Amino acid sequence: MQTCAVRPSRHSTFTHSTSATGYNMLTKHEKELIAKIWDKMIPVASDIGAECLLRMMTTFPGTKTYFAHLDIRPGSPHLRSHGKKIVLAIAECSKDISSMMVTLAPLQTLHAYKLRIDPCNFKLLCHCILVTLAAHMGDEFDPVAHAAMDKYLSAFAAVLAEKYR
Amino acid sequence: MVEWTDFERETIQSIFGKMDYDDVGPAALSRCLVVYPWTQRYFGNFGNLYNAAAIQGNPMVAAHGKTVLHGLDRAVKNMDDIKATYAELSVLHSEKLHVDPDNFRLLADCLTIVVAARMGADFTADVQGAFQKFLAVVVSSLGRQYH
Repeated sequence: MQTCAVRPSRHSTFTHSTSATGYNMLTKHEKELIAKIWDKMIPVASDIGAECLLRMMTTFPGTKTYFAHLDIRPGSPHLRSHGKKIVLAIAECSKDISSMMVTLAPLQTLHAYKLRIDPCNFKLLCHCILVTLAAHMGDEFDPVAHAAMDKYLSAFAAVLAEKYR
Repeated sequence: MVEWTDFERETIQSIFGKMDYDDVGPAALSRCLVVYPWTQRYFGNFGNLYNAAAIQGNPMVAAHGKTVLHGLDRAVKNMDDIKATYAELSVLHSEKLHVDPDNFRLLADCLTIVVAARMGADFTADVQGAFQKFLAVVVSSLGRQYH
């Protein structure tokens, strides 16, 4: 069973804010690719979001500890509505990646002061988002798209954790 | 000793039984070299790794990808003692190849994504759970002989 303690981080959770905005990490082409992929996910945000969460909680059971207040059985309305929120936030942000710090300010505050999810879990959800995209997109989720998306989600997660301390 | 449920055993045997190792191996390794470019440090003598197209077309990468997947097959056939199965390979990767063991995790993640892309909806959350548990054991065994 993989848990945060067993899985050492492969990149720092708290990165410098410049690199976290994606200015330096993503090319123009990559940003367009990322926006295009998320645009397609908006109409099916509940399905995609629920799937990402279910994959994460099945593969990394420690993450279930954050959902004790919800019904997290497959297909549950809680899973779908919560998943939808997450997908829509990621999709919205992808439309203007350079403004990530501004767009995510309210979510930064929410995660730092209210939710206080250990940031190591962001990586686990990011991985499951990549798996979900691969399962839905097949060959279209080629290594270039995968690399771009991984960079974007890492930057997103890093920005989300910025106000923690 | 790792405990496997019947579902986990069947899932692993089924996935690997249907897999074309000579297709998936190269796909997983080349993806790793593209998505995590720092992993290229171990392949200095592989020639042209300048961009994604070069990596995906590189015959040495393809050959090595096949080697890795066929190596993984040993764990598939010995699920009840993966630790012992990989003891020698672990020593090799540590003492001779000097590979940072975190790289095993990176490659395992890329392999998961390649399999997800191939299997589509059949790669359900439960199947993913079993697959990643298997890879976690493999990764742990490969890192075990590092001191």
